Amino acid sequence: MTTALNTLFITLEGARLNKEGERVVVTLHDEKKAEVPLRHLRSVVCLARAWMTPELLESCVEAGIHVSFFGMTGRFLVRVEGLPGGNVLLRRAQFRVADDGARTLEIARAVVVGKLGNARQFLMHARRDAVEERKPVLEEAVRRLSGHLRALERAEDLEQVRGLEGIAARDYFEVFPSLLKGEARRFTFDGRNRRPPRDPLNALLSFGYALLAQECAGALAGVGLDPAVGFLHEDRPGRLSLALDLMEELRAPVVDRLVFSLVNRGQLKPEDFKTEAAGGVLLRDEARKAFLVAYQGAKQVEVQHVFLGQQTSWGLVPHLQALLLARVLRGELDGYPPFAVR
Amino acid sequence: MKKVTVLVCYDVQVTDADGPRRLRRIARACKDHGVRVQYSVFECVLEPKDWVVLRARLLTELDDSCDSLRFYFLSEDVAKKTEHHGARVPLDVEGPLIV
Repeated sequence: MTTALNTLFITLEGARLNKEGERVVVTLHDEKKAEVPLRHLRSVVCLARAWMTPELLESCVEAGIHVSFFGMTGRFLVRVEGLPGGNVLLRRAQFRVADDGARTLEIARAVVVGKLGNARQFLMHARRDAVEERKPVLEEAVRRLSGHLRALERAEDLEQVRGLEGIAARDYFEVFPSLLKGEARRFTFDGRNRRPPRDPLNALLSFGYALLAQECAGALAGVGLDPAVGFLHEDRPGRLSLALDLMEELRAPVVDRLVFSLVNRGQLKPEDFKTEAAGGVLLRDEARKAFLVAYQGAKQVEVQHVFLGQQTSWGLVPHLQALLLARVLRGELDGYPPFAVR
Repeated sequence: MKKVTVLVCYDVQVTDADGPRRLRRIARACKDHGVRVQYSVFECVLEPKDWVVLRARLLTELDDSCDSLRFYFLSEDVAKKTEHHGARVPLDVEGPLIV
């Protein structure tokens, strides 16, 4: 079974990463900043311009540690990994299913059911804690999501599934301002926007989704699937479509929940962001660090996996879901069971 | 597999010609597998298979006529039951790793 290995985040501009023994050593201007045994790592994520020796890269690839680089804005740049692992028969099965309209529809539908179900659950939790005057708005959004979930069952082709997903996403994001409490009401949110995100909440969402997508890609590669060949998301060069599929059900319970708990508890404030000349909004360094600490903490939180009937941590959920998806593609399981929050 | 948490402590006699070399090699083996908490003390949280490797590596380097090595097997929640005072706060490899 996959164990919960850690992620090393590099946020120091100009950091150098090299290998000493079986360890990663991070230095900045000849000062040693950290030293971590490779065996504790599942991935290395560079969020600043960092420099890595070929020796370390080689060891990472051999040990199955995924290395990814993000631009300063949190935009994903590149990901390094060795030859695809796992079984060629599994990958062939994945491609065959991706070319089979009926089976693709079933998986895409399951993914969106997972997404809407968890989004609905997230809003229901929020409604419980909301002040009286906000309850009707959230109530209405929950009702709409339920309607979209019912419509999904009747969807006859992929276009309808994608269409419903789009409408549901709009209904969902529309109530985001109602989730802000107290001081956090200073944040504004006028719908989801990205590339670049134009307000602090969108910047946090984009950053969180980018991190989660990388973890999903790693989990998929770990079971031998091709992260680029998706079902709900169309193939596009450079896009990790299957990773995005896998991420759908985790967006609300992992990223959205984290973002709102950080702003509502006052751990992140509007002052923690800066606006670039072009209008894009970025997290300041300290805020980015605070987000990463909270994100890593969220991965340790225990959660019940209803389908597998076992206790696990959020960090392992992408890996478990990747395993389940592999079983579906092999024909060992007749439908993909998305991760459902209780 | 359940991980094992081991506290590795050693004394290496550095007065003989080979001493510094043994000390270096033992420290290196520990650094590859765990976190240094004091000069000759390491906390190692390991898969059982990795623990076997580390243990073998340490025993190979040890000169049992003059050095000593102690392994303390700790409970999982050792972090909660530990206090640290003073300098050199060790890295928590299970916690957020952000540099």
